[in-house]
Amino acid sequence: MAKNSTPFEYAPAPESRSVVDIKASYGLFIDGDFVDGRGSSFKTVNPATEETLAEIAEASEADIDLAVRAARKAFRGWSRMPGKERAKYLFRIARIIQERGRELAVLESIDNGKPIKESRDVDVPIVAAHFFYYAGWADKLEYAGLGPNPQPLGVAGQIIPWNFPLLMLAWKIAPALACGNTVVLKPAETTPLTALLFAEICQQADLPPGVVNIVTGAGSTGQALVAHPDVDKVAFTGSTDVGKAIARAIAGTGKLATLELGGKAANIVFDDAALDQAVEGIVGGIFFNQGHVCCAGSRLLVQESVAEEVLHRLKRRMATLRVGDPLDKNTDIGAINSAEQLAKIRELSAIGEAEGAERWAPACDLPSSGFWFPPTVFTGVTQAHRIAREEVFGPVLSVLTFRTPSEAIEKANNTPYGLSAGVWTEKGSRILHMANELRAGVVWANTFNKFDPTSPFGGYKESGYGREGGRQGLAAYLKSTGLKGGDL
Amino acid sequence: MARVDVRKTYKLYIGGAFPRSESGHSYEVTDSKGKFVANASLASRKDVRDAVVAARKAFGGWSARTAYNRSQILYRIAEVMEDRRPQFEEAVRQSEGASAAAARGQVDEAIDRLVWYSGWADKLGQVIGNANPVAGPFFNHTAPEPSGVIGVLAPQTSSLLGLVSTVAPVIVTGNVAVVVSSYARPLPAVTFSEVLATSDVPGGVVNILTGDAATLGPWLASHMDVNGIDLGGVAGLPRAGELAAELEIGAADNLKRVRRAPDAEPDWSTDPGLSPMTAFVEHKTVWHPIGV
Repeated sequence: MAKNSTPFEYAPAPESRSVVDIKASYGLFIDGDFVDGRGSSFKTVNPATEETLAEIAEASEADIDLAVRAARKAFRGWSRMPGKERAKYLFRIARIIQERGRELAVLESIDNGKPIKESRDVDVPIVAAHFFYYAGWADKLEYAGLGPNPQPLGVAGQIIPWNFPLLMLAWKIAPALACGNTVVLKPAETTPLTALLFAEICQQADLPPGVVNIVTGAGSTGQALVAHPDVDKVAFTGSTDVGKAIARAIAGTGKLATLELGGKAANIVFDDAALDQAVEGIVGGIFFNQGHVCCAGSRLLVQESVAEEVLHRLKRRMATLRVGDPLDKNTDIGAINSAEQLAKIRELSAIGEAEGAERWAPACDLPSSGFWFPPTVFTGVTQAHRIAREEVFGPVLSVLTFRTPSEAIEKANNTPYGLSAGVWTEKGSRILHMANELRAGVVWANTFNKFDPTSPFGGYKESGYGREGGRQGLAAYLKSTGLKGGDL
Repeated sequence: MARVDVRKTYKLYIGGAFPRSESGHSYEVTDSKGKFVANASLASRKDVRDAVVAARKAFGGWSARTAYNRSQILYRIAEVMEDRRPQFEEAVRQSEGASAAAARGQVDEAIDRLVWYSGWADKLGQVIGNANPVAGPFFNHTAPEPSGVIGVLAPQTSSLLGLVSTVAPVIVTGNVAVVVSSYARPLPAVTFSEVLATSDVPGGVVNILTGDAATLGPWLASHMDVNGIDLGGVAGLPRAGELAAELEIGAADNLKRVRRAPDAEPDWSTDPGLSPMTAFVEHKTVWHPIGV
């Protein structure tokens, strides 16, 4: 908590944990039932306290094979079911997510470490909206402009990260199911609990067995899923290195892939921007979800003439951010997801200092147990610094300056990534010019980190390929037999 | 005494110029009956790299042209081809062993395909772009943009129609191309490059290398400044399956967009659909708040 910057003291306002019921151990969700894994197991911990939450089965190759077989068996019926009936299952799921929204939000915050105000107000509502949106597509696929006779691909193997566990699940499962595919999904090893609760939701919705299978595990489980010969489609969100490994693993096979990978987004502030709004956007851009966001605005490019003023206001604002208990409704920044990630953030921050950038963080009382990192800003950063080139994936902002729009564009695009970018200016023609020139899949102008099921999301260059969300998100799960060129 | 004709030197096309291969190598091109026709330049790894540099340099300008302007330039290519029909018919007849009528048909379709793609320049964005009704006070729209520098392994069999059908969809959206022609049938590609040079296509937008896709493909596939690759020309090569897998592995180094090699060379006379274009575009989504 910030000590010295605000006259306000906040009494603790914790959200009750009583709404969730975490079991001592969880099996795998295969063919509609929870089954024991044949492999070993691992623990998932609460990153805010380091308490062990549950014992989780680690799916072996044999388990993956069972799950893929279940999905293949279910594909026949699911893909032939009239779209309007498939739609109703997805609408049911969307409704149950809304009904159990608080439970999902609390569980997400406990397992992931994100503040309850984000899991409650951002993650879970968008998850429900995503299922609602794609439910409506299930009986309208022939109107999607993707060819006259759109057909599902088959079994999708889906691997999701730990930063938005349930939201990434929704981005993967909702379009896949709407198009008539069946799925085997692997949640991240540090955040499996909401995916397992989602499995219960599938049971409550009476979703036919095998349409959704959830297999927990770490990297080797994911590799087995990607390598399984009966998987038709791989959808992955995670690091660029693993994305490249997946692209190599499916080379020469018929498997298709959607890859949502890393980013190093530039958030560009011009001298005519509404500075207070821009500062809010900078803060939301890098400190939302502890900076565990692939599209985080981790490089602030600020026009030289207002750099001092922006930094002054930014630091003042950062000093009011409350770091602490994720379940406290006043918390702005929760826990870093894992010890491993915390070590990586610390390492890159130390390198930032060693390379000559100046580090600043507000005075923060951090809890004594759990994984924590204060909101941090580096000034005097150059394009050669590793903190300006590599994805920190934490609450760490690098500040660079520019003089002209063309310099801003050049610096913004000087990265192998191309996922997102931000622009702050009051001049309309400049916004549109910058939006044209930035090589990024999502450009937020005078806003940042906005997500919506109707809005396609995905990267240029080494941020991956394919889009999730919107009409474009359907293309990732359909082949078009009506066109010679095949899938669009 | 009969006049001795003046033969043409068949060269590479890089950055709007016609250099020989940097390697100094060439190879014999024969007609369908095995009779010597000409020596073609045998492009090398260095030629690939030079072509990528030229293409990258051309990308900013070409992608910034208006769609209407790109449309007119593609149409201009068709006009100039029409003007040089006899030469293309002869080249196709010679390299594919086609009858005069069949060669004429190939040229007809190649020109018509350019006209077809020309029209897409200012329509594709309307067909595959969207206004997105997000749940909040935001303007939000999605539009396609070109991926960048695209490597094209042109078909081995269809020396003109196949070539045009793979190059036109790449450039019409604003990409630039580094093309490796059919190895055994490279001469229509060289003649096509002479058309490009006189059709207001800026130098570097299309670069055409004559040579072996199996040799040049790996350099193109793993080049870190190439954004996408069309592996169509792998179909029909020896050990095509293995080669395609190797090229895809190389392409993963910088996550190129890959248009996979088909099992066999397709029938180029059918409706191509949108996928030859959509394989090499990126969807960009722009948000802005709505308020007073």
